[in-house]
Amino acid sequence: MTEPAAVPLLSIRKLTKLFGTFAACNGIDLNIMPGEIHALLGENGAGKSTLVKMLFGVLAPTSGQIVWNGKPVTIPSPGDARHIGIGMVFQHFSLFEALTVAENIALSLDDNIPLSKVADEAAKLSKAYGLPLDPSAHVADLSVGERQRIEIVRALLQNPQLIILDEPTSVLTPQEADKLFETLDKLKSEGRSVLYISHRLEEVQRICDRATVLRHGKVTGACDPRQETPASLARMMVGAEVASVERDETQELGDVLLSARNLTVPARTPFAVTLKDISFEVKAGEVLAIAGVAGNGQGELFDALSGEFPQADRNSVSIRGVAAGHLGITDRRLLGAGFVPEERHGHAAVPALTLSENLLLARNQSDRNVFLSGGALGIIRHGTLTDAAKRISETMDVRKSAEDPPAGSLSGGNLQKFIVGRELDRQPSVLIVNQPTWGVDAGAASRIRQALVDLARNGSAVVVISQDLDEIFEVASRIAVISEGKLSAPFPAGDMNREKIGLLMGGMHEKNEGAEAADAH
Amino acid sequence: MIIEAILLTIITAATPLVISALGELVTERAGVLNLGVEGMMVMGAVSAFAATAITGSPYVGVVAGIVVGALFSLLFGFLTLTLVANQVATGLALTILGLGVSGMLGESFVGQPGIKLPQINIPLLADIPFLGPLLFKQDLIFYLSIALVIGVNWFLFKSRAGLKLRAVGDSHASAHALGIGVIRLRYLAVMFGGACAGLAGAQLSLIYTPQWTENMTAGRGWIALALVVFASWRPWRVLAGGYLFGAVTIGQLHAQALGVGIPSQFLSALPYAATVVVLVLISHNRRMTLINTPASLGKAFVPDR
Repeated sequence: MTEPAAVPLLSIRKLTKLFGTFAACNGIDLNIMPGEIHALLGENGAGKSTLVKMLFGVLAPTSGQIVWNGKPVTIPSPGDARHIGIGMVFQHFSLFEALTVAENIALSLDDNIPLSKVADEAAKLSKAYGLPLDPSAHVADLSVGERQRIEIVRALLQNPQLIILDEPTSVLTPQEADKLFETLDKLKSEGRSVLYISHRLEEVQRICDRATVLRHGKVTGACDPRQETPASLARMMVGAEVASVERDETQELGDVLLSARNLTVPARTPFAVTLKDISFEVKAGEVLAIAGVAGNGQGELFDALSGEFPQADRNSVSIRGVAAGHLGITDRRLLGAGFVPEERHGHAAVPALTLSENLLLARNQSDRNVFLSGGALGIIRHGTLTDAAKRISETMDVRKSAEDPPAGSLSGGNLQKFIVGRELDRQPSVLIVNQPTWGVDAGAASRIRQALVDLARNGSAVVVISQDLDEIFEVASRIAVISEGKLSAPFPAGDMNREKIGLLMGGMHEKNEGAEAADAH
Repeated sequence: MIIEAILLTIITAATPLVISALGELVTERAGVLNLGVEGMMVMGAVSAFAATAITGSPYVGVVAGIVVGALFSLLFGFLTLTLVANQVATGLALTILGLGVSGMLGESFVGQPGIKLPQINIPLLADIPFLGPLLFKQDLIFYLSIALVIGVNWFLFKSRAGLKLRAVGDSHASAHALGIGVIRLRYLAVMFGGACAGLAGAQLSLIYTPQWTENMTAGRGWIALALVVFASWRPWRVLAGGYLFGAVTIGQLHAQALGVGIPSQFLSALPYAATVVVLVLISHNRRMTLINTPASLGKAFVPDR
């Protein structure tokens, strides 16, 4: 561990960032020692991103001091951050899709390195750290995992002393994450420091030497994560116990409410995935979780199930026994289905419209009699609408700044709670959710998961498409894996483990075993 | 020899399109949509003519066209980049303003005989039969147009500054996060676009028709804008497309003279129709769109400090 005499590589003193009167970071103190992997934990809106942006020169602190290698510094721009030895891998990748891998890397290097050399350097470095990359590929053609590798190689090329990683594993398979941890260990053994931001407590416990916990812009704890339990870490983050999801394992299953039969959808664009012969059934009372790495057809499957792109074959999707393959979203909603798409902004919600308006957009047909009056005129009943929005906000504990604020002003977790709540409020008999807790903090995630499980317990059929294995094990009664547009047979959750899912994710379908299991059910 | 004469007129008609479209291409590659090409071009035309008439040197006129075009674009830059005004509305206003101001400034020059930019013969190459008179007995602005195509292509795809410019046009937020001066680069790109439009205007009033008449750009700025899209933001395609559009313009005149039964309005609409076809083709292929179209085109950038 760290010796008391050692000089911290980075020392932050009373760092504060005000947005108007709102303190995103409020007097934060933090020390990072040379050669340590330091975790930064906190819920959404706790101030992690703001803090990191100040360290990387993207935001200017309102007050406070940053001390680097014992000397006070100001970091007016990302260029200056890189210059003193801070590298950053962003959560939302800061890559240029139209450019090649080598061009993307060249952009973050000093101007005196010739472009022709960058490709060679990048190839060499990516090999040394076990991060294979093709320098001449266009980023637009690459998977999320490959894009992250570019970010990491790009940061490493500048030989930084401190590397900041923002939610790095949220897009990786377990095997890819293991590789990343090996890379981080190698960096640590070279004496570099890592500031590791994550929601995933198990990961933090596995690889981090120390952890600093933020809540509401303040440091609420510093600890050795290995001495803590996930529950105690979560308590520090949330400030209260995080309820673990309760399930009733003895749930009686009812009729089949949702089924897909030989669902085959050709790719609509060169970047889309072709769905190949997908069949499954979901009964009343169960949660089918579909695991998989991003870009294996999850979005396409969701679109096909929700009716965003209806199919020619009307029997390919059935909702409550009615052939619905040819129907659009509204007609499927009228059959009693609810949908929560992946992108909160622009897909599940219109950021510029208020919460009540977003509620009406989703449910203006399925709850026509409730929210609209005047028959064909469709006059909006504002009172009923705002009451419903209020009810949903209260049930799901949506924290907001005003009575009925624009959706875009809510933090990701709070908006997601509202969007899920909007569907649950109808008590749909079929609910299909894509990445329900992507980028959502532990408290909100636990609330959303519990709500999904409760919905199934009350007799609905729920499909959860997720990349988060913790989530899948928490909510699923059965688990299937999607890989390259093919869906494995669903296995009972109790029979699955991470290794098995990982193998299925990699596309190595255990044909025989899968078929047997499918027969058995 | 009639073919040679027709080709010569096509080259003269195409040169201002190529130059102004190249300027706009650089501006748009940086993510800025400047619809004021027509206005900047006409300002370049009037100032080139006026400076030539006053000093007696068409070369001073060329410089004046470039400088005034760049200064006029600076107004657009200040409004859209510093004050974050809407780019489409500001660009349209710039065109209307340019047409009006140029008419006012040029009033006393209407009807005056102009001085044509002299022809420069390239030794030896000018003697090549057929090609020589077409390509090597030309004026300064024609040579500049070819040099600009080569230069812009090299700059965009081989130089680091060009890489930064494309990065800014692809994602200004990411570029800012990397420490690239987004606003500064965009100012430079807008001014390059203005300088090119001004140079194209100078070609109109010093070579194409060496005189000043109001609205003498006659919609060429709009053709240049269409040409950038037609060329899917690639310099060499701007050259090819510029000559194609130039040929259509000239063909329209000859068709009229020969009494061919195609309405001239149909021919003058052809460049725009061709642009629509190209847009449809590009949009159909998402990969083409991603790799060629500046993703942040027309979007305002405000750093959140």
